[in-house]
Parts: sequence; structure tokens; C-alpha cells
Amino acid sequence: MRVVGLSGSIVGSKTRTAMDYTLKVLKERYPDAEATLIDLADYNVQFSDGRNYLEYEGDTGFVANTIMDADAIIIGTPIFQASIPATLKNIFDLLPIHAFQDKVVSMLVTAGSPKHFLIAEQHLKPILSYMKAQIVQTYVFIEEKDYHRKQIINDDVLIRLDRLVEDTMMLTETYTKIREAKEAEYDF
Amino acid sequence: MKKYRIDPSKGLEFGLYTLGDHLPNPLTGESITAQQRLNEIIELAKLAEQAGIDFISVGESHQDYFATQAHTVVLSAIAQATEKIKIASSSTIISTSDPVRVYEDFATIDLISNGRAEIIAGRASRVGLFDLLGYNLRNYEELFEEKFDLLLMINEQEVVNWSGEFRAPLRNARVLPRPLNGSLPIWRAVGGTPASAIKAGFAGVPMFLAHLGGPATVFKRSIDAYREAARERGFDPSELPVATAGFFYAAETTQQAQREYYPFINEGMKLTNGRGYPKQAFALGADPRDIMNIGSPQQIIEKILYQHELFGHQRYIAQMDFGGVPFEKLVKNIEIIGTEILPAIRKYIAKKQEESQ
Repeated sequence: MRVVGLSGSIVGSKTRTAMDYTLKVLKERYPDAEATLIDLADYNVQFSDGRNYLEYEGDTGFVANTIMDADAIIIGTPIFQASIPATLKNIFDLLPIHAFQDKVVSMLVTAGSPKHFLIAEQHLKPILSYMKAQIVQTYVFIEEKDYHRKQIINDDVLIRLDRLVEDTMMLTETYTKIREAKEAEYDF
Repeated sequence: MKKYRIDPSKGLEFGLYTLGDHLPNPLTGESITAQQRLNEIIELAKLAEQAGIDFISVGESHQDYFATQAHTVVLSAIAQATEKIKIASSSTIISTSDPVRVYEDFATIDLISNGRAEIIAGRASRVGLFDLLGYNLRNYEELFEEKFDLLLMINEQEVVNWSGEFRAPLRNARVLPRPLNGSLPIWRAVGGTPASAIKAGFAGVPMFLAHLGGPATVFKRSIDAYREAARERGFDPSELPVATAGFFYAAETTQQAQREYYPFINEGMKLTNGRGYPKQAFALGADPRDIMNIGSPQQIIEKILYQHELFGHQRYIAQMDFGGVPFEKLVKNIEIIGTEILPAIRKYIAKKQEESQ
């Protein structure tokens, strides 16, 4: 099973910190899963210009292909201006319509203010639905006060991140089984 | 219709089209050489002609997994190898070529083939050729519209005076040779949506409508929109032929056809488009309402006749070679078309025309 952790911003460190912890948990508990972290801050991704994702080269091609090859994607994102960052939206724009069909997508969200809690629910989830993702409904919302010097200090957040990993893997395994059983019925 | 060499009394024309893809056989993982693929396409045209198929067309895609980048050269070889079958492109990306050169090529093929050449001009669904040939993708739409207009003008006028943005102006330019009967049928290639079909209607040119899967009634909307748009601009839709083109595969039973063709479609689409064809969507192809003609000969006959009643189109074009289908399977399909499908369709449509007289 291929799992990609996508850290969706090139600004700051909170999302990356949470993603690092999440992938560490994933690797410890699911050693057979093939886990890859893509932190957009490490890549030089161009803006979508409408071409098929297979035709991008360099970092852009690598990022798009890695996401398209995944069975599950854990998206980490900050909230800027009451919305997802442009860097993350650009990833969605690079991909084809229905890109997340048969993929499980889960989310962790970092924000400077609790006022942003519903952004994932009302802004990010509809995008994922449109792209046909199987969404892990519960996401982890992490605030400024849960961090101290680039560490998560709130045990509740850590436990919820553990559960996010578990839910992501459980849904991926379950959904894969259901899909395979359904496809076996077609007899072609 | 005569201008487009369509004889309505013949009912529905049946054609084949290939994108010219050159993909490994997903069952064996092996690829034939580009040379073998090209020879097989030419051979396919000969067999199609012998089976009574009316039309064959070859596409232009400039990227990995394709072999007919020089599609006019392939068409020219087909012209030489055949005698009756109509020959066209599917499609010629006019946006990234010089309409003068394209017209010269097709007029030449028309003379070599004794008046059988047609152009189907498209905008490209795979856009790698813009980089390769030195065009800016930002001009995607304008490049097509301007060059397509010029192509139509060259077809109508032997001496052309023209100026535009993307090509040097033409002053009293004679574009030669001229086709056998004065002009070529020039079609506009259209993806599935009404928005795209309307553009063909506005131009008053025949429409080549390509489709994947989905209910036939959805594509009827595009055909209606096309005819309505043509009428709005003062063209007579009854003079404008419509062709539909999509996946086709025949085997003894529908189940067998699905089982045989699915891996080719799914793996081929993964390599060329980046996403496979979901089984759930492909399974719908067995539904009589779905536009994909994949099934037993009897089911395909019923579907084509249903589509003909719905669309009132003049030509159906089958894509059966996508994804590295081995040549012997293509031969088998042509045989089924020639011995079972074509006679049934022609008989039924002739009977219907008799009744309506």
C-alpha cells in the first residue's frame, strides 16, 4: 500500500511538524506500507497550465505522479486567509478530474485561530469530494497553542494524530477489499 | 451532403479509426516495433476495404506511445494500398501545423486515392505537441480557430488573400494541387460536450463527435446543440453530416468482448492519459443505452441501430485497436463487422428507408 503525506504549504513549520509525527507513527505501526512525504517547501512546483499531469517535468512531474500513484494521501495544510494555501490548491489543479477516485484522503489542519475550524469541512472536503476521494471524515485540527518550539505539546493532539493514521489505513484496507470484491463480480 | 461525399440513400456509413497509438500488449507486456505497427495499420485498411467498411482514419499525436506522428504519410500509403475506402485523419491538429501545407498534403492524397481523402481537424486532447513544435499552449484556442478558418478558405478558394496573427499573410496565393473534385470534406473534431459541438455548428462544417462511455442520450444533446447552432447561423443542418466515434469491440458474447478488451483500454489509458478506465464505468458498456459498442455482434447491431435512430447520423466510426490489441484480434473484428454487423445494419436501414418513402 502506498501512502503519501502531502505537506501543503511552503510557509512556516507547524504543518511539517505535524506531518513528520504522523508519518513516524505510520512507519512504526504499518511497516509494510510504503510511506512517502512530500513537503511542498522542498520542491519547486510550477503553476498548473492545463496540460495532462503526465506532461509536467522535474519537480512538478514528480509530485503529480507520486500523488497519482498513491493508494492513500494524508494532506497536511495550514489555513491562510480563511482558505487552503495556494500551493495546495495548485496541486489539485495539476491533477485530472476524478484524480482521487479509489484513493483514500485524510486531513490534518493547522491554524493560528480556532475560528478556522470549519475551513476544512466547508472548503477542503468539497474539493476532495469533487475529485472523488474516499474521505476520512474526521480530521485533526491543531492550533498554535498546541505547539512549543516546533514540538507538539498537547497529548490530545498526538493521540488524535495516532487515530488519524489508524483511520486512514483502516479505510484504505476496507475500501480496497470492497472494491476488489465488486470488481471481481464483473468477470472481465 | 453531396459536398461532403455522403449519399444519404446509403444509410449509415461504417468506419474505423485509430489514434495511431503504439502501446505494449498489457497481457504480454511486449511491444511490437513502430515499423510493424505502421505496416499493420496499412494492412488493416486493406482488410477493412475488403470487408466492405466505408472509411478509415488515422490520428496525429506527438508523444510517447504513438507511431503516426506523420499521419499524412501513413494516409498516403493507405491511399496507395486501397481502392474504394474513404481516407481521413482523426484528427489533424491544425493548430500546430501550417494550413497551407496540410491542404497540399491532403489534396495530394485525394489525387493519389482518386478522390477519397477527407480532413478532420482537431484541437488536440494531448498537448505535448505544442512544446515539441514550438507553439504556446496559451494560444490553444486562437491557434485552432484562426488556422481552421484559413484551411476552410483554402478549400473554397483557389487563390487566397489572407492575413492573421499566427502565420505570414497570403497574397494572391495559389494553394496547389487542387483536390479531384474541387474541394475536400473538412470536418471539425469535437469532444463530447455541447459547448464544443456548438463551435462546429457555428462554422457550418460537418462534425466528428468522439466519445468514451455514457448514455447515448447525453451525446444526443451535443448533436442537437450542433444542429441548432448551425441553423442559427443560417446553415441547413440537413446538409451537414454528423459522425460519431468511439470504442468498439466484438466477440462471441458480450461478456467475452468485455473480458478481452478491458485490459487494453484500462492499461492503455493509464499510459496515455494517466488514469485507467474504472471497471464500474466499463461494465455499463453492456447496457443497451450506453454508447460504447462493446459486445456480441447482435448486441452491437442493436446498439448501432438505436444510436442511428437517436442521432440520425451519417457515419459511425469504430475504435477497436486502442491499447496494443494484437493484430489477429483486429482481423477477427473486421471479419465480424463484414460478415455479421454490416449486412444486418444495411438491411435494416434500407428497409426503414423503403418504408418511409
